[in-house]
Amino acid sequence: MDHLILKVTSKMLFAPIILYALYVQFHGDFGPGGGFQAGVIFAVAFILHAFCFGLDETKKALPQKALTVAMVIGFLLYSGTGLVTMLLGANLLSYDALVPNSTHHAGQHYGIIVVELGVGVAVASTMLTIFYHFTGREPDIDQEDW
Amino acid sequence: MTGFTPMMSPVVLIDLALLTMLILVAVAMLRSRHLFAVVMLSGIYSLLSAAFFVSLDAVDVAFTEAAVGAGISTVLMLAGMLLTVRREKPKTPGRAPVALAAVLAMGAALFYATIDMPAFGDANAPANSYVGQEYVERTASEIPMPNIVTAVLASYRGFDTMGETMVIFTAGVAVMLLLGIGSVRGGRDVKDAENKEGGE
Repeated sequence: MDHLILKVTSKMLFAPIILYALYVQFHGDFGPGGGFQAGVIFAVAFILHAFCFGLDETKKALPQKALTVAMVIGFLLYSGTGLVTMLLGANLLSYDALVPNSTHHAGQHYGIIVVELGVGVAVASTMLTIFYHFTGREPDIDQEDW
Repeated sequence: MTGFTPMMSPVVLIDLALLTMLILVAVAMLRSRHLFAVVMLSGIYSLLSAAFFVSLDAVDVAFTEAAVGAGISTVLMLAGMLLTVRREKPKTPGRAPVALAAVLAMGAALFYATIDMPAFGDANAPANSYVGQEYVERTASEIPMPNIVTAVLASYRGFDTMGETMVIFTAGVAVMLLLGIGSVRGGRDVKDAENKEGGE
């Protein structure tokens, strides 16, 4: 199965999709978006790659082992932020403790950015993990099956 | 222009069109036996819901619905469909008067309940007073962040969101355990495509 047009188009789309995911991720405090949406968009870029180049190629670019680690890192970023605020003497996830003497609640900004990044990493890697595991079971998709 | 009553403003027309299309897509999904068509229709359903959420000014929810509902769910359903048959088994035609009566009674009760619902955008509605009002009033001073949704999600209700992240993580782990392609370290490949002829 060799679809030249699909391959070229998906190559052109890959970087803009990743860029958009990063925009949604880090602009979530100012506009619609956040970690959940960004993680899904990030995963979609790789799913598009898998559709056009085959799952094996995508797995070479982003192996399952890396995704497994990313899943853990994502959740640890979130819960780690909560742990840090507790170690600083505040309640769990009270971000104001991160920058104690700030007059404009800078701690809230830092905390939310880190936490949303954790959500984004966890969602993206989990979605790709599920996709890998579902799609990886069928060796080839016959043309008639569509 | 004179006959343009407030009831038929463009917003109402758009809402009516979207809701009508939602119903049509839902009926088409129910009637189709071709699983590929059903998956595609469910993607369209999600996209229409996202458009409807935009018209309700809930852009964050619309964004999530478009990305998760129309995007990733469709892909995962397609991937799941590959593991099973393409066509739902033809159902034996049978009437279930009790089920029909139960559904009709439930539907009538729900329609009756909507009479008591507050009007859309009502400032005194329970959803807009109490804690919702507190969030809107206090975010500007406590979490100076333009998007109140993010402030509520990540800060006021940060513990909830941590639980949601945990749920997603658990889902990933569960799929890995159930459908695992060998071990995480890249062990043996599971190849169960050989016994495809055996019925499934």
